[in-house]
Amino acid sequence: MLTLKQSRRLNTTLVGIAAWTVALLLFFPIFWMLLTSLKTEIDAFATPPQFIFTPTLENYLHIQDRSGYFRYAWNSVTISFGATALGMLIAIPAAYSMAFYETKRTKGTLLWMLSTKMLPPVGVLVPIYLLAKQFGLLDSRSVLIVIYTLINLPIMVWMIYTYFKDVPRDILEAARMDGATIFQEMTRVLLPISKGGLASTVLLSLILCWNEAFWSLNLTSANAAPLTALIASYSSPEGLFWAKLSAVSTLACAPILIFGWISQKQLVRGLSFGAVK
Amino acid sequence: MTSTTTLDTERAGAPQDRPASRRRVKPGWFLVSPSVALLLLWMIVPLGMTVYFSVIRYNLLYPGENDFVGLENFEYFLTDAGFMPGMLNTLILVGSVLLISVVLGVLISALLEAADFAGRGITRVLLISPFFIMPTVSALVWKNLIYHPVSGILAAVWRFFGAQPVDWLAQHPLLSIVIIVSWQWLPFAILILMTAMQSLDQEQKEAARLDGAGPIAIFWHLTLPHLARPIAVVVMIETIFLLSVFAEIFTTTSGGPGYASTNLAYLIYNQALLQFDVGMASAGGLIAVVIANIAAIILVRMLGKNLTEKY
Repeated sequence: MLTLKQSRRLNTTLVGIAAWTVALLLFFPIFWMLLTSLKTEIDAFATPPQFIFTPTLENYLHIQDRSGYFRYAWNSVTISFGATALGMLIAIPAAYSMAFYETKRTKGTLLWMLSTKMLPPVGVLVPIYLLAKQFGLLDSRSVLIVIYTLINLPIMVWMIYTYFKDVPRDILEAARMDGATIFQEMTRVLLPISKGGLASTVLLSLILCWNEAFWSLNLTSANAAPLTALIASYSSPEGLFWAKLSAVSTLACAPILIFGWISQKQLVRGLSFGAVK
Repeated sequence: MTSTTTLDTERAGAPQDRPASRRRVKPGWFLVSPSVALLLLWMIVPLGMTVYFSVIRYNLLYPGENDFVGLENFEYFLTDAGFMPGMLNTLILVGSVLLISVVLGVLISALLEAADFAGRGITRVLLISPFFIMPTVSALVWKNLIYHPVSGILAAVWRFFGAQPVDWLAQHPLLSIVIIVSWQWLPFAILILMTAMQSLDQEQKEAARLDGAGPIAIFWHLTLPHLARPIAVVVMIETIFLLSVFAEIFTTTSGGPGYASTNLAYLIYNQALLQFDVGMASAGGLIAVVIANIAAIILVRMLGKNLTEKY
């Protein structure tokens, strides 16, 4: 017969084993991608799959001349940061006034913003494609920046709104009493107080933009293609490119994975529109 | 001078809530309007164009032929060989990924909360990682490194047990895509549900335990009701994204073989950018919008109150 303490410990061990098994299973494809990126193409295609091999950094060292990686990476960076900056610029004032100057229509507006996310991208694919073509913006970074800003705007407004809601109103009242204008009230008081929340909003927006793969695949070809499109271009050739593909994929995903790990707790609030904190 | 007068009125109005908030409406609307205007434009202009294109004959291969054709495009789209499979595949994809991610999400996050085992923080990080991988990468990693009938991991596992390796994407295309998409969205459910579980009152749990409730009773009567709202959130957000799954199909099966893994989003893309039939693609786009809106109305009815009631 086990004592209570022993059975608790046994329980903990069993739970631990189960949890680790599930975690390793779910993580396996990422681990395998990383491992494959360190193989030669021949090892990568070997049957049965090789777990033990001589690792090589060759795939990473030649990444630029084999795939022009940095051009795509630079496109991803400019598009993501551009759309995030633009989005913050528009979302902060909106969230500010909805959080501190609430009217009867505020809730309705927030829900309406959320409902624009329900518009499936295919519903507007044709006109956006034709408009972009008309204005010579097909395969340009600016069109993706504008689209990403618009598709992420509702999430950003919601997320910032929930952070602003947590700011005590008294502090803003005090600043107002001291004669601060709305602009000063925002830049000198509100933004410094909520910089943690704003930072996680920025991170979430960067993650969403970086990984977006509907508009980038449909609207870009050579000039403005970000990493999502570069990787999709590997879908046709079979075999012999797996190590290269894995190296490119690992590099493309690493920054976002790290962002995600750092900000997992705060992301929950944004991704759940403030319903889960 | 003006500033002191506004301050005075402000202070005078402060005790009563309503007049104060009514006076603050002005800067409010001024600041919200850029967001509202942009989102309105984003919805109305392209949607209006889609409506217009859907009632004319418009194929990029035959320019200049833009006659009004009424509902012909809708008729063609609805009777297209790809429509029924596309519709069915969309429903299967959304439904099964939702089911998998909610059920497994609840179980896995309950498992992680069950005991304080060694390395819990690391397992948490490992579990949520797939969510941050870009869709084209997950699709290609699964296609080449996992599903491949010769060198894939699953082929090796099958051979290990003496079975004939399966060509997943050719033989079970929709199931394969469901697995890839679930792999991406299960971590999202885990992320949300785990966070929600941590906010569950530990004292309440302890009290239930002292009253003699077993772990299953606690899970059923305490944890699950607490999770109603986060589960609703997971269902809503995932439905939004799952209705328009595209990159995973684009990079793996291209909707095939036949229409076996074509969903509505892919069908419309195919119509518009591969066959250049703008009219029919627009009709299809509108049908997708209607379907998404039906889902949205149901979901917002269900959850709308849930989301805003806290504020």
